Amino acid sequence: MQAIEFKNVSFSYGSEDGRSEVLKNFSLTIKQGSFVALLGRNGSGKSTCAKLINGLLIPNEGTVTVFGMSTAEKDNLFEIRKRAGMVFQNPDNQQIASIVEDDVAFGPENIGLDREEIKKRIDFALKVTGTEGFRDSQVARLSGGQKQRVAIAGAIAISPDILILDESTSMLDPKGRQEVMHVVRTLNKEKGMTVIDITHYMDEAVEADEVLILGDGVVKAQGSPDEIFAKKDIIAECGLELPRSAKIAESLKKAGLPLGDGILTKESLSERLCELLRKI
Amino acid sequence: MRIVAENLNFTYNKKSKFAVDALKDVSLTIEEGSFFGIIGHTGSGKSTFIQHLNGLIPVENGRLTVGDIDLSGKQKEVKKRYKELRAKVGMVFQYPEYQLFAETVFEDVAFGYRNFFPDAQPDEVKTAVFGALSLLGLGAEYLDKSPLDLSGGQKRRVAIAGVLVSNPEVLVLDEPVAGLDPAGKNELMALLHKLHDSKRVKTIVIVSHDMDEVCENCTDVAVFSEGQIVFKGKPEEVFKNVEQMNDLRLGVPVTSFLTDELKKIGVDIDTDFTQKDFIEKIASHYKNNK
Repeated sequence: MQAIEFKNVSFSYGSEDGRSEVLKNFSLTIKQGSFVALLGRNGSGKSTCAKLINGLLIPNEGTVTVFGMSTAEKDNLFEIRKRAGMVFQNPDNQQIASIVEDDVAFGPENIGLDREEIKKRIDFALKVTGTEGFRDSQVARLSGGQKQRVAIAGAIAISPDILILDESTSMLDPKGRQEVMHVVRTLNKEKGMTVIDITHYMDEAVEADEVLILGDGVVKAQGSPDEIFAKKDIIAECGLELPRSAKIAESLKKAGLPLGDGILTKESLSERLCELLRKI
Repeated sequence: MRIVAENLNFTYNKKSKFAVDALKDVSLTIEEGSFFGIIGHTGSGKSTFIQHLNGLIPVENGRLTVGDIDLSGKQKEVKKRYKELRAKVGMVFQYPEYQLFAETVFEDVAFGYRNFFPDAQPDEVKTAVFGALSLLGLGAEYLDKSPLDLSGGQKRRVAIAGVLVSNPEVLVLDEPVAGLDPAGKNELMALLHKLHDSKRVKTIVIVSHDMDEVCENCTDVAVFSEGQIVFKGKPEEVFKNVEQMNDLRLGVPVTSFLTDELKKIGVDIDTDFTQKDFIEKIASHYKNNK
C-alpha cells in the first residue's frame, strides 16, 4: 500500500477573492518505508503539503489519502494523526506541558496507551533524542535546539508509521542534527517508518532515498539524490543549490582537476581529491 | 564601539533545583568593525551571552562594557543606560518574523523607530522607514503590504529593518538565516555584508550553527561550550582545530575537513579555509605538481 497519495490536489489559502493558489492539480505518491526529502523555496507549498497529509488542512479539490484513508473524512482524522506524526519548525507551536517528561507523554496518553507502555515509549524517545538529561526540566527554560529535540521525542513516542519533519532540525547544532537524522534513519530502516523530511539543508537531502522538489505548486522533479542534483538548471530555477561539497567539486573541476561526476558528500570529495593528489 | 566582557558569569533559576550555569567566566572582546561569529552547540551559552549585549539579561557577575556604556555594577543605575544601549545595539532574534504584528510593513518598521524617538515628526519617521527598508532591498511597493503576505525571506528582512531603523552601531543577529531557502540565505548574507562594508552598521555579530557560513563570512570567531569560550580568533586559526571542533560536536567547514584529510596523505595546503582561497590553492598545487 502507498503510505501517502495526493490525487489532483488543489489548495489555496485565504478568502474566495484574495486567493493565492499554493498547490495546483498536484499529484504525488510516497511509498511505505521510504525516506523522502522535500525541497523547494520558502512559499513553495512544502509545509502546506505536510499539513494536508495529517488533515490539518483539507484540499479544495482532489484527495489526500494516508494508508488509503481520505483526510476529508472527519472520522479518519484521529487514526490518520495517530499514524502520521508531525514535528513543526518552531517547537513552541507544539509544546503543551511545562515539564519535558509530561510533554513527551502527551501523545502516548492521548492515544490511550497503558501506563507501562507509555513509560517505555518516553524512555525510548528521550534516550534516542538525547534529552534524557532534561526529563525533569521546564520546557520553557530550554534552548531553541533543546526544545526541538523534545518536540521530536514527542513525535517518536507515538511511534508513528509516518514521521513528517518540517524543518525540525533548523535550530540544532551540526552534530545534533546528524544525531537526530541518524535516529530517524534507524527508525526508518528497522521499523519501516516512512519519513518525510522538509529541509533547506541540501546536505541532509543527499541522505534521503528520494528527493522531491516543489515549485510553482507542482512537483518539479522527483528522483534519487544523484539524479536530482545532476539537474543543475532545475536546482537553480527553484532557488536551491548544490550540496556544499558538490559545489566545491564543481569549482575544482572548472579549475582543471579531473574529479569525475556524482560527488555529493564531503567524504566522496575527500576520497577523490586524495586519490588524485596522491598520484602526483 | 568596542564590546568588552570580562569574567562574565550567569546562572538561570538561581537558588532553585532548576539552576543552570549558562556562562562561566566568559571574557571576550568584540572590536569595532568586526563581523563576529559566535558558535557553539545548543545550550552552550551563546544566546545568553548575546542577550547581555543589549541588557536583556542583566550583568550578574563580572564586567561588560559596550562602547562607553558600562553595564556592570548596581542594576538600578545600569538600567538607566538601557535605552541608550538599545538604540546602539540592535538585536535580531531567532525567527524574528514571528514578532511582526502590525497591519502594514510601514507600521511595523515605524514602530521600531518611534520606540526610540517618540517625538519624531511623521516625515522623519517616513524617511527612516524608507531608508531601513531600502537597505534590505525592499522598495516602496512593500510599504502598504501586510507582512503576512510576504515570503519567509521578505518577512525576515522586514523584521530586521524594524531593528535597523533606529540606526544601531552594532547589529546582533541570532541565527539570521535559519529556516530560509538557499537563495534567501545568500541574499540575506549579501545584504548584511553590504551594511557592514558601507559602515552603515559598524559591527555585526551573528550566532550560527553553520561552520561553513561562519568561515566564509566572519572576520573573527568565538566558540562556546558549556558556558565557556574554548576558542577565539580568526576563522583560519579556529578551524585548524579539526579534532577538537569535532569533539565539541560542531565540526569544521568542508574546506577545513578536506585540508585535514589531505594533510594525512602528506599534501600540505596553506589556506584560510574560505572556498575561494581553498580552490585556488588546490588548483595551483595540482598545476605545479602534475
